[in-house]
Amino acid sequence: MTDPLLQIRGLRLERAGRRLLDDISLAVGAGEIHALLGGNGCGKTSLAKSVMGCDGYAPDRGEIRFVGQRIDTLPLHERARLGITMAWQEPARFEGVPVREFLTLGHPEADPAERLRRVGLAPWRYLGRMLDKTLSGGERKRVELAAVIALAPRLALLDEPAAGIDLRSLDEIVRVVRELRDAGTAVLLISHREEMGRIADRASQMCGGRIIVSGSPQHVAAQYREHHCVYCDGELTHDTQPA
Amino acid sequence: MTRSPPDGSALARLQSALDRVGVTDAALQDADTAHLLVDAHRALSVHDVPGVEVQVRRRLLGIAVDVRVQPGAQIANPVHLCFGLSNPFGAQRVRLDVDIGEGASVRFLAHCLFARTRHASHRMRARIQVRRDAQLSIEEGHVHGAAGGIVVTPRARISVGPGARLFSDFSLLQGRVGRLRSDYRVDVAEQGLAELAVRVRGRAEDRIELNDHIRLNGIGARGLVKTRVALTDRAQAVVRSTTEGNAADARGHMDCTEIVKDQAQGESVPVVRVGDPKAQVTHEAAIGTVDQTQLETLMAHGLTPDQAIELVISGMLRPAATEPA
Repeated sequence: MTDPLLQIRGLRLERAGRRLLDDISLAVGAGEIHALLGGNGCGKTSLAKSVMGCDGYAPDRGEIRFVGQRIDTLPLHERARLGITMAWQEPARFEGVPVREFLTLGHPEADPAERLRRVGLAPWRYLGRMLDKTLSGGERKRVELAAVIALAPRLALLDEPAAGIDLRSLDEIVRVVRELRDAGTAVLLISHREEMGRIADRASQMCGGRIIVSGSPQHVAAQYREHHCVYCDGELTHDTQPA
Repeated sequence: MTRSPPDGSALARLQSALDRVGVTDAALQDADTAHLLVDAHRALSVHDVPGVEVQVRRRLLGIAVDVRVQPGAQIANPVHLCFGLSNPFGAQRVRLDVDIGEGASVRFLAHCLFARTRHASHRMRARIQVRRDAQLSIEEGHVHGAAGGIVVTPRARISVGPGARLFSDFSLLQGRVGRLRSDYRVDVAEQGLAELAVRVRGRAEDRIELNDHIRLNGIGARGLVKTRVALTDRAQAVVRSTTEGNAADARGHMDCTEIVKDQAQGESVPVVRVGDPKAQVTHEAAIGTVDQTQLETLMAHGLTPDQAIELVISGMLRPAATEPA
């Protein structure tokens, strides 16, 4: 890979005395789906939040570069304006904000109806609805994914996009992620489900805040399924991870 | 049907305030739409429709308004009740008596227009009766001036009859709230329903005191108190919500959210009283800053922190009636 879109080197993050990320190095190329696999609590979401610039996730060491520019000191919204966005594992609820308005944030020319169709939601049913607790978690995840499509970002951080999605709809999510890639968006695809990793161009597995293996998605997914972690066999925890 | 001769100047000022909240002159000219337009203690325009009777009379200190909806009447168009002060200084005292007949259904749009006020007060004393199986929806929107020189003290005693439904939604649409002290008490009979919602933003030195009290007195009565307050600068708010479950299968819930910024102060005092072992009343309250995940989600769309906070607050305070379809 030449000139990666996202380049992470030696990233370390500690919070409340716990090391959440330990010497993470990772590169994601333009128009590439890079799957990040790993069990619950292994640091996948922390890494995504650190790249996005979320509050409390500024790295203690290392650097994050986007299109060659160092971004780890930029505030979140400025990273967004460079073309990075994120879909959260548990999407936020917004009382009084209709789906239509949410889908045009930062992108008023986007056609919200078309975006909804692409994630399998009927526009007539959802455009006027509020993005609050009247929508299920799965519905909000799809709306958030539709918002990512509307933004046409250069890099999308998708945190567990299939969580809360029924099995029948999983293929739609896979199709959307592939369409994002085909439209030129690089995707850092976070999942604890190895079948999501299979749609990636490359994959990495995390455990205990570290990337323990990277390579082809088939190789990483197989290893994840068979061994969970090549070093600890799933028993390594954050607290026991050596400094 | 009666029409009072309009006072051009006052009428024009109040109409201008109505325009700002999307109520055009056509709504008040429509023969099929009942309305009342009051400036201080003077009725500028009154219009009835079949099934709705609006009567106004002067009192020694104030104005009294009676609204009667005939039993069984299904009123298609909302009834516009406009109370305003066209002058910057003054006081308005309103006694409102509402009687919704059995099985009737009606929607009131109450417009409280104080856009020009600099030092004024609006006092409302309401007695509302929603009789058996009737339905009343009240959407009360306030338009205040930028100076905050208004004291608003609405008090309502409401009776919701068996199987009847009451929906009340109070919103500050524009301007500074000034000083607001509301006091609503609702008694709900068997299988009746009462929902009270208040959405207010306080700025500068505004003071807000909300008192909502629902008594679920009948079997299967239901009640909801929903309060949304956003405070900035040095504004202060106290939200006191009480729900009593006094009968079997009564269900009540209170839901209070206050967003507080700068040196503002918010307080929530929920009171739950249950007098029947088969009744259930719950409450939730959240006071603090805007949720971080909400902000970060919006900023990931390129909004600045200030734009994100404004969107969260404006969404939270958006009146149900104005939510886009």
